[in-house]
Amino acid sequence: MDAIILQILNGLDKGSAYALIALGLTLIFGTLGVVNFAHGALFMIGAFCAVTLSRILNFSFETIDPGKTDFLGNPATVETAYLEHWFGPEVGGAIIDWSVPLAILFSIPVMLVVGFVMERGLIKHFYKREHADQILVTFGLAIVLQEIIKYFYGANPIPTPAPDAFRGSLDFGVLLGFDPNAIIYPYWRLVYFLFAAVIIGAVFAFLRFTTFGMVVRAGMADRETVGLLGINIDKRFTIMFGIAAAVAGMAGVMYAPINSPNYHMGMDFLVLSFVVVVVGGMGSLPGAVLAGFLLGILESFASMNEVKSILPGIDQIIIYLVAIIILLTRPRGLMGRKGVMEG
Amino acid sequence: MSKTTLTRRGVLKSGAIAGAGVALPTIFTASSAAAYMNEPTGSSVTLGFNVPQTGPYADEGADELRAYELAVEHLNGGGDGGMMNTFSSKALKGNGILGKKVEYVTGDTQTKSDAARASARSMIEKDDAVMITGGSSSGVAIAVQGLCQEAGVIFMAGLTHSNDTTGKDKKANGFRHFFNAYMSGAALAPVLEQLYGSDRKAYHLTADYTWGWTQEESIVAATEALGWETVNTVLTPLAATDFSSYIAPVLNSGADVLVLNHYGGNMVNSLTNAVQFGLKEKTVNGKNFEIVVPLYSRLMARGAGENVKGILGSTNWHWSLQDEGSKAFVRSFGEKYGFPPSQAAHTCYVQTLLYADAAERAGTFNPCGIVEALEGFEFDGMGNGPTLYRGEDHQCFKDVLVVRGKENPESEFDLLEVVEVTPAAQVTYPADHPMFDGGELGECNPGS
Amino acid sequence: MLGLNRKDFLLFLVVTFLALFAPILLNPFPVGSAMAQFNAGYPDLMQRFVIFGIFAIGFNILFGLTGYLSFGHAAFLGVGSYSVVWMYKLLDYNILPGLFLAIVVSAVFALLIGFISLRRSGIYFSILTLAFAQMSFSLAYSVLTPITNGETGLQVYTSDPQILMSGFSPSSPHLFGLVMNDSSYLKFGGWEFTFNNGYYLCAVVLMVAFYLSIRIFRSPFGLMLRAVKSNQTRLNYTGLNPRPYTLAAFVISGMYAGLAGGLMAAMDPLAGAERMQWTASGEVVLMTILGGAGTLIGPILGAGFIKYFENIFSKINDSILHSWFAFLPDGLEDAVVFIIHPFIGKGWHLTLGILFVLVVVFLPGGLVEGGQRIARLFRRKPADKTDNDTSAKTDPAE
Repeated sequence: MDAIILQILNGLDKGSAYALIALGLTLIFGTLGVVNFAHGALFMIGAFCAVTLSRILNFSFETIDPGKTDFLGNPATVETAYLEHWFGPEVGGAIIDWSVPLAILFSIPVMLVVGFVMERGLIKHFYKREHADQILVTFGLAIVLQEIIKYFYGANPIPTPAPDAFRGSLDFGVLLGFDPNAIIYPYWRLVYFLFAAVIIGAVFAFLRFTTFGMVVRAGMADRETVGLLGINIDKRFTIMFGIAAAVAGMAGVMYAPINSPNYHMGMDFLVLSFVVVVVGGMGSLPGAVLAGFLLGILESFASMNEVKSILPGIDQIIIYLVAIIILLTRPRGLMGRKGVMEG
Repeated sequence: MSKTTLTRRGVLKSGAIAGAGVALPTIFTASSAAAYMNEPTGSSVTLGFNVPQTGPYADEGADELRAYELAVEHLNGGGDGGMMNTFSSKALKGNGILGKKVEYVTGDTQTKSDAARASARSMIEKDDAVMITGGSSSGVAIAVQGLCQEAGVIFMAGLTHSNDTTGKDKKANGFRHFFNAYMSGAALAPVLEQLYGSDRKAYHLTADYTWGWTQEESIVAATEALGWETVNTVLTPLAATDFSSYIAPVLNSGADVLVLNHYGGNMVNSLTNAVQFGLKEKTVNGKNFEIVVPLYSRLMARGAGENVKGILGSTNWHWSLQDEGSKAFVRSFGEKYGFPPSQAAHTCYVQTLLYADAAERAGTFNPCGIVEALEGFEFDGMGNGPTLYRGEDHQCFKDVLVVRGKENPESEFDLLEVVEVTPAAQVTYPADHPMFDGGELGECNPGS
Repeated sequence: MLGLNRKDFLLFLVVTFLALFAPILLNPFPVGSAMAQFNAGYPDLMQRFVIFGIFAIGFNILFGLTGYLSFGHAAFLGVGSYSVVWMYKLLDYNILPGLFLAIVVSAVFALLIGFISLRRSGIYFSILTLAFAQMSFSLAYSVLTPITNGETGLQVYTSDPQILMSGFSPSSPHLFGLVMNDSSYLKFGGWEFTFNNGYYLCAVVLMVAFYLSIRIFRSPFGLMLRAVKSNQTRLNYTGLNPRPYTLAAFVISGMYAGLAGGLMAAMDPLAGAERMQWTASGEVVLMTILGGAGTLIGPILGAGFIKYFENIFSKINDSILHSWFAFLPDGLEDAVVFIIHPFIGKGWHLTLGILFVLVVVFLPGGLVEGGQRIARLFRRKPADKTDNDTSAKTDPAE
């Protein structure tokens, strides 16, 4: 039982990442009708916002410490972060320690700008083009973004730890009445899940309860009519693209402590997030979220030893297997609408 | 294999002299009278450096390339000579190889067998390379080694740790300086026993492909010989990024040691996840829970940040070694690039020098001459103590380092501390050891 | 001629000419000159051009005609390669049984996958094919290692049965004794050209494959496939069931992919699992769109374009750059090298990505449209839009 609860937690956690990425992907597809292969790259850029902010906070000046030597035997230089120098090691150290949560604030403007530039500069010209062209241009863009990050940060993963306060793990089992230490779960992963829930809730509330959201939803349903009503739908769609980019970016920032970011992490998620979107049903936001969590949980269950001993290798293919079954039994995914992206 | 021939430009250059600048078309067939593949006829000789330049191992590839460039500089008499000064064989004179200036071409393996072979073939067919070297995974090493055997050039393996490279996939034209999974197990076992005792329960997470399997097999055998119990071995998909669902079952499995048979990005993520789940602070069966990463790479370990502290593993070489050879290499590499070399850089540098030295001693670039010169070759001064290139399987036998993540690193390169240097004798195995069984070295192939 | 109209026959002649003289055309620079770096006329790369050309032609029969975008065609490529290597292991190095088996096995695979996937259309179809291919890749890499040799790739060992192998048979892939790796060389002044047996075998196969693809494009069957693309509902109303036609197209293009995979193993006797990964499937999609989906020659151009960058640009390193710009003053030389450096060698992906974007922005019809624009420029007849011209132009994919 405890093993199953643990895997459900793991599944919710993986599902959070899938759902956040798929949410943005669906927003862009639903509003703009664009198949965005660069969406994984946006997630990756988000994670690198965390890396960048931590680098900025760690800006240091060098002093030579004659007591130490470097690997060549020369006197070693010691780096002291300006923040620690200005505010003292306590406060300065604490700011640096909290760089990942701070990076959320940093990433929102960055991602909005990245999103706007992408949409206005490139994607805008592809609304009327075939999906094949959209795939080519966004794939090219994804490669370019990825290579730029690689040029500046290298190919290796970069450790981006969570604040000290979140580093331990919570004895989750005790809360449910299990023995101590039966179910322990890392704090940061719980934070990630809660964060995802808040973001998803915020996006839904935004679309449901604001006029802006209403117009966008109307535009998703029938773009031309809304345009005929004299509403400048294009501008709103640009903003939607920015929001989708920001959601992917924040998902990336918060993911950085879970697994050290590297330049190709976006590609690792890209195919999966497309599967999630399609299983959820093209153009359906609740579908994307539901499918994200569903596939996350199934993937976790499939990696249990008990399951693997019966079906070796099932954990490698479970997502695709489920995708095939769902698409064959439910033609438009879990919650897709008729006629969207068919044929 | 004797009929396998690719290009014969070298011959053409000499064969065309009769034409003496006459622009008459001359047609050659493959069976012309070259002594061996890509025989260098001009004043230079070309080596092919085939390393990952894109994909997850690009940084490791970049470090390998730096080492190759340094080696070429030293061979051509530039720089401070590096390990050429400490190398026990004195055949190299700093005037290239056999008096020919060393030139090189580079390529991108992408860490894919197909791409690596395509790149190697272009070096052989287009650039007339007599030797191919490099790589950062066993799949690539085995694929390129097979190609070089067919084509008739020498392959000096880069970073490849699978037993198969000099086991069931060994080839006469291929040589490996890097250590292997068996040696990791043999070197780690005594240290594990000394530090963690002989009554332990181990849980293995293993990357689900051939290298992962050979390492798991080796470590399981070595630890069970100590009296350890293997609780479970679980295969994880290569493409996995989040290992939480594989780590979670470890918590209540009764195991008190977790062995991560992962490399590169897999290793960074699985180790990070294991530490997140509090495994390092855990106590099981009255003992501290321990994590072991049998194959360490300092470059990659950086990605795991503070999580590597106190984690044991093995490595081929480390820049903090204090023997003359290592010091000389670290000095010339560090002065040129500003940071210490990785184990991948070391093995690539040494392989290049060993090839050059063998050619010098054999007096020819003919692969069969090189093979003869390298088989059973004993040398010293290259950073791993006295070393033997065994003739039966073309594997180097030398000391293996057992290392541990440092608690208080002084710099960003100072991640590992050497716990023990396991002497070569302790990691040597008979050539017909069951883990290395099944392959045949075959005959050296000069390609003509 | 050959059952083709004049325009198509001309196109076929052009492809034949290019294929037969590629060893000369692709080696325009003398050996040893600075520009020799850009020569692509060596056997391995020429073989790759042609093999991926075949792969893309086949892919285009499905995608260009029916608009069904398969994201899992690499699975057939992999299956083809494995078939050929298994024939080496069981019989001997003659490539013919293997190639035959590759086509048959990939057809069976395509029939199975197509039968299931074609129940859905649009992106749902794409994801179904992707799922099948990714499952094949994952399993081939791990669980199916006894059949595929996993990470290392399937290869021939001396302990394999090879029951037809006699003392006289070549010990590398051959066609009835004609060894694929053997080449003849032509030296002419500073130039040198390599005529490789394997390449010419591939080239002949390419010509046949291209000819068949023209015939399919121009046949009533091809017309039916175009109808599927333009409006499937209308087709349904006329009482026609489009499924058998699309399935046939899927199987044919799967066979092309299997043949291409088989040829890869025929040129180089190793079959790696990465051939089945989604990136490989994505590559052929990119090749086709880049060259011009729905055009006859576009996919071949796209395949050549991508493979050229992968193999030539990745090999340019800083020392080569320095040798090119050595004539500049030192400071300027370093500056130029510094600027170009991110785009070559390890940066070849970046260059390729930028070119994808540029091509798709400025040449909506792919490279073929670029060619047409240049041709129009030379003809100076802007109004010259004949029927034939449009037939070779892109048809929208959706």
